[in-house]
Amino acid sequence: MGDPALSRRGFLAASVAAGLGVTALSGCGGDSDGGSSSGTTTIEWWNISTTEPTKTVWAGLAKKFEAQNPKVKVKIVQLENDAYKSKMTALTASGKLPDIFHTWGGGVLKQQVDAGLVEDLSDPTKPWADGLLPVARQPYLLDNKLYGIPFDIGMIGFWYNKALFKQAGITAPPTTWSGFLDAVRKLKAKGITPLALAGKEKWPGMYYWAYLAMRTAGVDALRKADDAKDFTGAGFVEAGQHLKDLVGLQPFQKGFLGAAYSTPTGQAAAVGNGKAAMELMGQWAPVVEADAGKGLGSDLGFFPFPAVEGGKGAITEVFGGGGGHALRKGAPQAAVDFLKFFVAESTDVELVKKTGVLPVVPAAESAISDPNTKAVQAQLKGATGFQLYLDQAYAPAVGQEVNDSVAALIAGSKSPEQVAQSITKTAKEEQ
Amino acid sequence: MTSTFLPDKRSGPDVAPPPPAVASARGRARRRTLNWLTAVGFQVPALVLFIALVLLPMLFALYAAFFRWGGFGMPSDYTGADNFTRLFQDPVFLGDLWRCLVLVVLSLALQLPFALAMAVALNQRLRGRAVYRMLFFAPYVLSEAITGVLFGMVFAPDDGLADHVLGGIGLDGLGGEWFADPSYVMATLFLVMTWKYFGFHMMLYLAGLQSIPAELTEAALIDGANPWQRFRNVTLPLLAPTLRISVFLSVIGAIQLFDLVWVITQGGPDHHSETMAVTMFQYGFKRYQVGYASAISVVMFGICLVFALAYQRFVLRRDLEGATTTMRGAGK
Repeated sequence: MGDPALSRRGFLAASVAAGLGVTALSGCGGDSDGGSSSGTTTIEWWNISTTEPTKTVWAGLAKKFEAQNPKVKVKIVQLENDAYKSKMTALTASGKLPDIFHTWGGGVLKQQVDAGLVEDLSDPTKPWADGLLPVARQPYLLDNKLYGIPFDIGMIGFWYNKALFKQAGITAPPTTWSGFLDAVRKLKAKGITPLALAGKEKWPGMYYWAYLAMRTAGVDALRKADDAKDFTGAGFVEAGQHLKDLVGLQPFQKGFLGAAYSTPTGQAAAVGNGKAAMELMGQWAPVVEADAGKGLGSDLGFFPFPAVEGGKGAITEVFGGGGGHALRKGAPQAAVDFLKFFVAESTDVELVKKTGVLPVVPAAESAISDPNTKAVQAQLKGATGFQLYLDQAYAPAVGQEVNDSVAALIAGSKSPEQVAQSITKTAKEEQ
Repeated sequence: MTSTFLPDKRSGPDVAPPPPAVASARGRARRRTLNWLTAVGFQVPALVLFIALVLLPMLFALYAAFFRWGGFGMPSDYTGADNFTRLFQDPVFLGDLWRCLVLVVLSLALQLPFALAMAVALNQRLRGRAVYRMLFFAPYVLSEAITGVLFGMVFAPDDGLADHVLGGIGLDGLGGEWFADPSYVMATLFLVMTWKYFGFHMMLYLAGLQSIPAELTEAALIDGANPWQRFRNVTLPLLAPTLRISVFLSVIGAIQLFDLVWVITQGGPDHHSETMAVTMFQYGFKRYQVGYASAISVVMFGICLVFALAYQRFVLRRDLEGATTTMRGAGK
């Protein structure tokens, strides 16, 4: 009556599933070929623009470049974001990168540079690269050498509902942390949810801690702490304490610990539907708010993360990142020409107009029509310091531990000191 | 192993085959070789696939568990049992073990009895019982990801269906933050798991119930047994083999639980719904600490293995050997 086959199969299924998680990882190989054939040079261009309209616009730009340079062929390889990341990790291990490849700069680019795989662009791009927006070049500057050319730059800041601010009697966006906490109190007093937060996804909460650390410990502190594998400095604990003060006001929407970012019940929708007054998010926020919710239209405003009284950082220092291109070591001259073409004013204007990126060429800013994008652009243009997104600046495990510990702080299960210790512990485990 | 379960072996030496004819002995040997070759021929493709895609990766995971390894190239930074010591000091992983135990206990104490009650109810003559059976089984057919998204919306604080329904019947006080509340996330999760899986166990029990001869129940009825006695002394013992399989599947399912949790909460808030598989995924695919993630998978595998072997040895043995009719050793 019993069925031995069933139980064995159940057992096998159990054992297999337990072992399988790791299997998938070991299967990533790498292959890449590039180079030139007689007469014409073929350059391979790896990017992550798999969605429209960017995909078509970029393909059109490649055609335009080919028309201007008859002896050059551009071969486009497009990969989806996560697929690209894992493919590049494999290629880095194999020691051969594509001629032109997408990069976010920071830690990953540094690894590739340290492995001797990336061309130093400081000299080949000498006159024209200096004319780019300084903050946009920051992610690709390693030891004062330029290893990448940006095509997009963005930053995190507060997106707020002007109507709700008015209702709560807040006349101007706060510029100091205590002013910000006051605004939160005023909104709460009017029964308005001050902030929307996607607690389930953890990274939106990290923005608060990262910005507070920049404001208290100074703009270099996050980078220095990662180099020294030590996040226990007073500034970081203080940053955690400031965040704890904010959390103590219970400023977030009901059930924020389980909320996602872009779903119809998530963080962006809460702001887009006018249920919460603010969110701390990147320059893409208006699009997602309108997509997941109704969108605020002209009621939407932007203000930079406030300064912390007595802190070493300034309100003009930005936390952000963008996208750029780097070249493999020994890439043909045509690849450098292509990078130059890609940041020409006419190209950048087209990119700004058609694909919604922020300009990296100062002259292209005339192409911006949206007032909020203009506000972000103005902030970026006047930036006096820059910190790259932590998931690009740090090793994956450290970045995740920051997210995880800060989420615990917001949920009330870790103290500011414990957050600093947990991150330090993980940073030390990585090498 | 398989052959010992076959009925012809069980019949024992006293039913000896007729003495073979001497002339055909060689032909018989050849046929046996041929049979053996055929068996091998059929097994090789499956065996190669199994070894390449299941066995080797599992052995590799066991190997990688002793290294600090980022997942690319070959592991080279040997750290001995460090990953395992770290694992058993990690409050999140210890929490995973505790939550796993909670889910197993809840499943066995609530979900399976509920499924059994439904099965017994739907085994009665009942108008439209086929419809009910189908309805209760339907959630099992739904994919875990869809279930997750669905209940994420149902239990959304304030806006979700659950809070609306509770509000509508005047029980607003019972509504809450569901998955967003560290204290209630496991209970809510268990509710969804029960919704999703009880239909499957119910179907198993229904199949088991239908194989119980009606004569036995009738005989008990004639002997004057009341409904509870008929259930307790006739139905339940005869359903026992099905129950044992169902318990086995339920426990293994709880140990491996991943997709539902990942889609609904990603283990949150603050690790309060995290399972071993979620922790493994976090470390393997988010932090790229693949050596450590391998150690988690090895421990999961070990738990499954020990449970499966012990369960087969001590609980399923009776079923495998033919329930009550055949004693162990009779086949030898």
